[in-house]
Amino acid sequence: MGTLLTISGSPHVHSSQSVRKIMYSVFYAMIPAMLVSFYFFGLDAVRVMAISVIACILVEYLIQRYVIKGDLTINDGSAIVTGVLLAFNVPTNLPTFIIIIGAVVAIGIAKMAFGGLGKNPFNPALVGRVFLLISFPVQMTSWPVIKPLFAALKTDAVSGATLLGFYKENFDKIATTQETVHDFISAGLPQYDELGTVVSHQVLNYQDLLLGQMGGSMGEVSAIALLLGAAFMFYKKVITWQIPVSYLASSLLFAFVFWLIDPELYLNPVYHLMAGGLMLGIFFMATDMVSSPMSAKGQIVYGIGCGVITMVIRFWGGYPEGVSFAILIMNAFAPLINTSFKPARFGVVKVTKA
Amino acid sequence: MKQSSVHYKKEQIVNDVMIYAVISLSAIGVAAAVILFFVAQKFKVIEDPRIDTVQEALPSANCGGCGYAGCRAFAEAIVKAGSLEGLNCPVGGNAVMSDVAKIMGLEVEEKEPMIAVLRCNGSRENAPQKVKYEGAATCAFAHGLYSGESACPYGCLGLGDCVVSCDFDALYMDEITGLPVVIADKCVACGACVKACPRNIFELRPKGKKDRRIHVACINKEKGAPAKKNCDVACIGCGKCVKVCPFDAITLVNNLAYIDFEKCKLCRKCVEECPTNAIHEINFPPRKPKPEIKAGASEKPSPAPEPKEMPIATEIKANN
Amino acid sequence: MGGVHPPENKFSAGVAIESLPVSKRVYIPISQHLGAPSTVLVKRGDEVKTGQLIAKSSGFISANIHSSVTGKVFKVDEVMDQSGYRRTSVIIDTSDDVWDDGIDVSSELVTDISLSKQEIIQRINDRGIVGLGGATFPTHVKMMVPDGKKAEYLIINGVECEPYLTSDHRLMMEKGEEMLIGTSILMKALGVENAMIGIENNKPDAIGHLTQLAQKFKGISVHALKVKYPQGGEKQLIKALTSREVPSGKLPIETGCVVDNVGTAFAVYEAVQKNKPLIERVVTVTGKAAKKPSNFLVRIGTPISDLIEKAGGLPENLGKVIGGGPMMGKALMSIEAPIVKGSSGILLVPDEEAHRTPPKSCIRCGKCITVCPMGLEPYLLAQEIKHEFYEKAEKDRIMDCIECGSCHYTCPSGRPLLDFIRLGKNKVGQIIRTRGKN
Repeated sequence: MGTLLTISGSPHVHSSQSVRKIMYSVFYAMIPAMLVSFYFFGLDAVRVMAISVIACILVEYLIQRYVIKGDLTINDGSAIVTGVLLAFNVPTNLPTFIIIIGAVVAIGIAKMAFGGLGKNPFNPALVGRVFLLISFPVQMTSWPVIKPLFAALKTDAVSGATLLGFYKENFDKIATTQETVHDFISAGLPQYDELGTVVSHQVLNYQDLLLGQMGGSMGEVSAIALLLGAAFMFYKKVITWQIPVSYLASSLLFAFVFWLIDPELYLNPVYHLMAGGLMLGIFFMATDMVSSPMSAKGQIVYGIGCGVITMVIRFWGGYPEGVSFAILIMNAFAPLINTSFKPARFGVVKVTKA
Repeated sequence: MKQSSVHYKKEQIVNDVMIYAVISLSAIGVAAAVILFFVAQKFKVIEDPRIDTVQEALPSANCGGCGYAGCRAFAEAIVKAGSLEGLNCPVGGNAVMSDVAKIMGLEVEEKEPMIAVLRCNGSRENAPQKVKYEGAATCAFAHGLYSGESACPYGCLGLGDCVVSCDFDALYMDEITGLPVVIADKCVACGACVKACPRNIFELRPKGKKDRRIHVACINKEKGAPAKKNCDVACIGCGKCVKVCPFDAITLVNNLAYIDFEKCKLCRKCVEECPTNAIHEINFPPRKPKPEIKAGASEKPSPAPEPKEMPIATEIKANN
Repeated sequence: MGGVHPPENKFSAGVAIESLPVSKRVYIPISQHLGAPSTVLVKRGDEVKTGQLIAKSSGFISANIHSSVTGKVFKVDEVMDQSGYRRTSVIIDTSDDVWDDGIDVSSELVTDISLSKQEIIQRINDRGIVGLGGATFPTHVKMMVPDGKKAEYLIINGVECEPYLTSDHRLMMEKGEEMLIGTSILMKALGVENAMIGIENNKPDAIGHLTQLAQKFKGISVHALKVKYPQGGEKQLIKALTSREVPSGKLPIETGCVVDNVGTAFAVYEAVQKNKPLIERVVTVTGKAAKKPSNFLVRIGTPISDLIEKAGGLPENLGKVIGGGPMMGKALMSIEAPIVKGSSGILLVPDEEAHRTPPKSCIRCGKCITVCPMGLEPYLLAQEIKHEFYEKAEKDRIMDCIECGSCHYTCPSGRPLLDFIRLGKNKVGQIIRTRGKN
């Protein structure tokens, strides 16, 4: 025999799963949303995406090479996923230096400072995004007007409003006047020129929401593209049903109840689902393996928590969008959820508490 | 524009707020002080002050080498026992123990300083690899799984549980031999490695006069043939050392020679006699060539090979 | 709950059982079962016949060992076993096969069960029958239901959920009737009315064959089960067939079930009806590196190398030899080790598949929790053991682990979870035992 026999404990076979495969599956799942954003936001989207991904990989490489001096793991794909997610969460007209700061915070502070992949308590892309949102509120909330690649520009507008932002701005007004949410939306979202004066209005219908023909962060606009990616991840068994379903159900139920109570004051749940980052959050960020709880029961609790907090922030918080904050808050609870929600043990009869 | 519609005079606000703040904070402070006082009275623990003094004299390594859970527990044990019989801090050695004895007003007998000794020389060269191990890098698991890469069921597994257990950085794995090495200057003989090794390869032995010592670097209890098959330098239980020892310090049990360090006078006769070089001498000056012994050796049908360079047998000094 | 789906790769499923010629020298270890090693009765130079008792059971949980060949005892010495440790074995140089008196070696089917309940248990004990599923627990101990407990069902395990292995499958196909008689014998010994044979859905031929045969037997039913590893785990099988869960830390008898392997049922038939001791068993030799995957009827004590030789010889690219299945089997130190009562298969793994991927950090994906059939948290247990938190691991039910290996199989980071859990079970077991003494 030329080679030595190998000795190891059982099992002697291994599934084809690997961290690398999981990360690349997530990456492939994000391609539809990426293409949609390239279509609606043009070259700017390509720029943001490229800078974010390259910066994330570079930061991880530099830290591993010169600070930690450990094994290089940049080829496991997790930095690419973080980069794409970070790009998905920012407007496409963001200046380059801000994106780089976001990447440094996401990878450097939220991930590598805790010891790298698997040890970060919070979703790195979201930490990066929230850091930017707090540090650069103006740049992070001035949304570019969509300009589909092959369509002629209709207006002189350079920036628009998002549905949620517009709603938040007018919430007090709605509450005190006779007007309804519906009136506002049917009047259309304002579009501004360089000087900030309203030059036109964009009227939204459900089809626009589904396809993503609206203002917003580059990755969150198209519901269909995100659903496609989610379906791929389910097929590849990268995500399980617990978090998406519980998140979706709890947030929609919450929105639905308030909409029923006062449909003139609160947005209807369909708008809540399709405008803003809820879809992206549900399928791509809340399901992040590292920062979410481990057991099925825990994941459901986590999903419900995310859903409720998202809606609470959207309704009564200071920001129009609550997805990032909700997920980060629940990330912080993940260890507690892990210790309190254990899987159902085999052969242990449930004893009713005396 | 929602400006506050209520208007106070500025001075009035300052006065009111300040007075209330001062009063309420003071009240909280007084209440807390009273509660703390009573709690402290209620839960007061009366301790022998000598425990603190003894603890201060101890090295605070908390290694557990004394057999107690940390230095505090050891100090409590000393004070409670009121004598130093059977109590020893291997880290501090005689110096610390005499300090402790002074505090306690007791006498302490001088203990010979000890060192951890690896009783295996199954390096990659001496005991060639027969299989390759993959899996959890812990000897404890590998010991339960199989006999070892060299197939010696007594030898070092080379996964370094001892190195992990050492709180004093006195052990490291030699990359070439695949065996752990004791750094003599750092070893305090706490015995952590002795406990950590699933095969009991480490033994605490006296450092010896001038740091010189002799031990059998093998614990293989197999018969000669199978032991030798796996490892060139295994003790084959031939008993030559037992015969040659003038002090009856060597015993042969289960095909394995053991040198009793209480009886050994470091004469080195057994070292020369061992046909497999399983007996190691450490820190002895090089031998003067003795022609008559060499002649005797060459008459044997299969002369023992010249002692190889054995990294394990030479001591590693921490200081340069 | 839980479970994984490793590729089945049952190459030898269609290969008929072949009798392996008796080897020139056999090595019969005196500890082939769970429990105390047996006491050797022979010495160097003794002549022994096939089926003669050579080592006597030395306690309640122990088993008799019989000579599997006719010949002369070369010596009683320590021989390297499958894990490389030396164990006392009886080494016999073989001559022409002569069976011991009173053993029926004809292939004639004996259907009438003439022995009484007590006699059956006595015979099983006497003939050295142990569980052939792999755990090698002495069968007569299982047959003696403790006071206050009552057996309701006998469950015959024909699941064979381990990939590659086909020895039980072939046995069911070729010795189905004998196996069913063995089942009836076990039912009589236990005093139960119902026996259930569980077979995974991936063996439709065996299910069909046995269902047809079982019509002639009273109280025996055949059940097709979902293909899932570890469906053949004792506790999982009971759950699948009766919906009862064996309480944590308790024996299957708590649920009124006794589980035996199909191989055991066949061995019981031979012992009770033919007076034949357990001296041979069916062993699958297979694997991606095996030149000719086969099922052999092998005498206990035959060196594994003889089996490999018969199955086409040693492959050039051999990287690992596994005794048993790929999920729970043991990697062998040496192919010179002998076949023992618990050997169900020999797996030859090519070098390219023999290695583990280097472990990476845990990405907390929770897959190990999802697949754990016992509802444990393997990632957590492995961490606790690594940091020596044995009490905490005990609270997290480390002792419930059945060591099926699903967690390591599924881990995308390739972490050696089961290695640490095994180590932990060992350590926690020691702690529990010392606590029991105090």
